[in-house]
Amino acid sequence: MSFTMTKHVTVVVVDVDGQLIVGNRQELKQKVLDELEKGERKFLIDFARTGYIDSSGLGVLVSLSKKIREQGGELRLANLNDDLKTLFELTKLDTLFQIADSRERGLESF
Amino acid sequence: MTPVRARMPHAPGGMGGPPGEGSALEGVRLALELEVPTDVRLIGRIVQLVSRQVRELEFPANVCSLNVPVALSEALSNAMLRGNEDDPAKLVRIRVLVDPTGLVLEISDEGGGFDLDECTQDPTTPANVTREDGRGLFLMRRLMDRVERYTESHGLGRNVVRLTIKRPPLAGSP
Repeated sequence: MSFTMTKHVTVVVVDVDGQLIVGNRQELKQKVLDELEKGERKFLIDFARTGYIDSSGLGVLVSLSKKIREQGGELRLANLNDDLKTLFELTKLDTLFQIADSRERGLESF
Repeated sequence: MTPVRARMPHAPGGMGGPPGEGSALEGVRLALELEVPTDVRLIGRIVQLVSRQVRELEFPANVCSLNVPVALSEALSNAMLRGNEDDPAKLVRIRVLVDPTGLVLEISDEGGGFDLDECTQDPTTPANVTREDGRGLFLMRRLMDRVERYTESHGLGRNVVRLTIKRPPLAGSP
């Protein structure tokens, strides 16, 4: 399980490799908040290599979205597989986030 | 990393139900018992271990990749953080029973238990959808066929959450 951050022009892209669950959610949160503190405002989380997300992981995404928006920024998501789409639909979080089918479309959406 | 102690497999008392005739898994049953200290960093490994066993017993792909991992992760998280109050000295036990009719997961902790209906919120309402918490029990109940909570009548009277998911008939079943 790891989180890799790369900068694409003005967008910070976070790759979630493995699971986003109660045991590692704080690591993701802190990494994104550190970038926000440094002045970054556009974030795209790419789930192409993500297994599953639990409620704690979903909660961190909601929390980050709020904090980034408070600073005038935007958090968007990309590459949800069918399982993750089901999870977002069940919880109606698909109505809260802007979700792109691919990393490229996610980057273009900013 | 704190060790996970596992005991497996043996023929359990069984969940009942006839095995699928002619199936490669006819009569196959699995029982797996784990006892782990309270440490949320262990949850990923435990879920991986259980999901792998379930996958080998021919459950549908989405059950192995979504329903079981998320529901089990939620139950373990609740057991460790709420039931055991994140106290590493307290233990969580996981019992996995698989037979041709389905899968039962029993997760027990040392807490006093809770009312399943009272504690389950609907995170999809406009007021709740922006909340950071409150999705765990909802997801468990949506992803499994049955979720029950009870207090063991023997021993230390541990708090148990039982998750059940049936599976479609195995290939070759009548």
